[in-house]
Amino acid sequence: MSLFPFFRRKTFSRGVHPDANKRTAGSPIRRMPFASRMILPLAQHIGKPAVPLVRAGEEVVRGQPIARADGFLSVPLHAPADGVIEAIELKPSARGPWVESLVLRVYEASTQEVRWANPCDVESLSPKEILQAIQDSGMVGLGGATFPSHAKLSVPAEHKIHTLIVNGCECEPYLTCDHRLMLEHPADLMVGVRLAMRAIGAERAIIGVEDNKLDAVAAIRECLPADSSITVQVVPTKYPQGAEKMLIKSLLDLEVPPGKLPMQVGVVVNNIGTLAQLGQLLPAGQGLTERVVTVTGPGIKKPGDYWVPIGTPMRTVLEWAGAADSGEREIILGGPMMGQAVASLEVPVTKGVPGILVFDQLQIEAARQVWPCIKCGECVNACPMGLNPSMLGMLAVQREYEEMGTHYHLGDCFECGCCTYVCPSHIPLVQQFRVAKGVLRGKAA
Amino acid sequence: MTPRIELRPSPHVVKGASVEHIMFHVVLALLPIATFSVWQYGLSALALIVVVTLACIASERLFNRLSGKPSTLSDWSATITGLLLALTLPPSFPLWMGAVASFTAIALGKALFGGIGCNVLNPALVGRAFVQAAFPVAITTWVPAFAPRRFSEFVPTTFTAPLMTPPDIAAWALQAKSVLDGFTGATPLARWKFENVLATPADLLSGAVTASAGETSALLILLCGAYLAARKFMDWRIPVADLGSAALTALVFQMIDPARYPDPLFVLLSGGLMLGAVFMATDMATSPVTPKGVWLYGALIGVVTVMIRYFGGLSEGVMYAILIGNALSPLIDQVTQPKVFGAVKGKKA
Repeated sequence: MSLFPFFRRKTFSRGVHPDANKRTAGSPIRRMPFASRMILPLAQHIGKPAVPLVRAGEEVVRGQPIARADGFLSVPLHAPADGVIEAIELKPSARGPWVESLVLRVYEASTQEVRWANPCDVESLSPKEILQAIQDSGMVGLGGATFPSHAKLSVPAEHKIHTLIVNGCECEPYLTCDHRLMLEHPADLMVGVRLAMRAIGAERAIIGVEDNKLDAVAAIRECLPADSSITVQVVPTKYPQGAEKMLIKSLLDLEVPPGKLPMQVGVVVNNIGTLAQLGQLLPAGQGLTERVVTVTGPGIKKPGDYWVPIGTPMRTVLEWAGAADSGEREIILGGPMMGQAVASLEVPVTKGVPGILVFDQLQIEAARQVWPCIKCGECVNACPMGLNPSMLGMLAVQREYEEMGTHYHLGDCFECGCCTYVCPSHIPLVQQFRVAKGVLRGKAA
Repeated sequence: MTPRIELRPSPHVVKGASVEHIMFHVVLALLPIATFSVWQYGLSALALIVVVTLACIASERLFNRLSGKPSTLSDWSATITGLLLALTLPPSFPLWMGAVASFTAIALGKALFGGIGCNVLNPALVGRAFVQAAFPVAITTWVPAFAPRRFSEFVPTTFTAPLMTPPDIAAWALQAKSVLDGFTGATPLARWKFENVLATPADLLSGAVTASAGETSALLILLCGAYLAARKFMDWRIPVADLGSAALTALVFQMIDPARYPDPLFVLLSGGLMLGAVFMATDMATSPVTPKGVWLYGALIGVVTVMIRYFGGLSEGVMYAILIGNALSPLIDQVTQPKVFGAVKGKKA
């Protein structure tokens, strides 16, 4: 809190201010019971899918590795409950296509106890061993990117990392899972942050938190080490503050060049949820079998943050949280700005699902008539990347995809949705850009 | 029963702004100006505003039919074009000529390009430019404001039969002459330009001058514009750049030759500059989208307006200045693309 309102906190340019709707921020994380059947896709991360270690009919215990990493850019998978592998077959995924998945029938007597663990003294591990331990835990970016965490923390020799940025912005409306983790598990977070710092060789870490979560800031400050190597910085609440490049700009006033990674400017960014869970899992030597999911939205009767076992089908989650079971509705994995609407209730909660949002009739009707672009310029004033979505949209309609890529920086768009959010003509700009990127990718291949 | 699941691409929430909403508020902001105009000029102004607006709406509907597209009347844009067009015409303008202006505005200014958002030039100004060329006498025939009999009888020219020469209005204007001193039948700009007589700021602010129907009260236009800007239905940067650059240009000329050029205040308050800067230059479809482009565009219109007024054959330059700005705005957009995040200045990313 600054004494003078005109001493504004530094932040990135443009962006939008959607209604926060963070109704679930005030109540503690609750546990969700096991579903009777869990579905575990082998590809829950960016990179090569995991390779099954079990056959149909095999019994597994909670925490046991059931699929191994296939190469460097891949992570293993762990059984979320005691039970028996029913089948290895194709199951619907969030993005639509059916994907190879392990189907686990859960024993009714299965307990929360993790029966497969390999505890170790994390203080004695070398950076290389830390990275190996992270890969073994099956950890990926829990904010939704699902990039394998060990790969993200592996810094090539030519880069020197000065700062680890811990992303506690949670700028998506509705979501509160990171907020609750910061409040309830600050000590685990510190362990995770220090492990990540050691892995990348950074001397300082900055935890960036939006100013609508000052209670989380206070909770973290209680746990900060005395040597001030880890600090918390409050950033203004503005979407998409939690985008890597935006947060680096806000905290360090550094701009990552187009098409480059944060490493280019000596920074590695990690999600707060990822590090909090790493701080819990690595000392215990356990794998990632559950995560915090915000289940909320107007269509949910018991909104809240839940520890949800990975592999729990959407249907079970919605039944537990009390979703209305009639009428039209939209089910979104993730936040309302960048989340993915799903077509099937059989789709499971995977590692990269921070929230499940259910919109009912009212919100669905909000998608109304589309007008032609009236060139109001709202999108240009909203795009955090400094693009011209209005121009890109007009080119997309004319299918001038090459032009979009070469002259209007389509590749820099990370689909945050700000342009579509503000558009008074309701033009589905982001979707047009996705299509254009797909076409360009197809042409390049 | 299994509930229906809706699938839509992200983002799943919207700000709630809509074209309809924006345009409706522009109409609201224009209503006080139109009302003031009726109070000033009476029945003739009322008839002109109603006829021109309805003619625009009818033309829009006609072109919707012809192109086989659903009606676009609900987006209010044709209503805005009609209101703006009426407010830029002399209150005594024959109604049939007003209807011609309306049809031209919608046909050549809008429908030809593909309707809302696709037009290159401001439709209202296209309509006005057409009648300026077609009916040069009628569009420079002015009546006095606050004429005593303005609410009991129409100006004789109002009901001119189509294709006939409008009757002389000198006799009608005479009634006002007995009450108001110095009515000459010319606008303040024309009087300055051709007779070197300057109107006082007080007259210009209160609207006690001869002018187009909606141009007279600079104060009211500014207030309505401020409402739109505050509600974010209008880009405030355009009028600021336009008026600022016009004032600056006028100031420079006045410093060069104070005897010949009027003071910046006169330039700002006279003629259609205020209405043009607030309501016409800000037309979204025909103005640039980039932040730098918006400033450049506004400034350009301001400078060109003053140049035409000082050195052109016409006494008023706002219309052509805005049309020039409109025509250049795609180019302005091209050369003022925003800097891409992370790109180094001066280097192509």
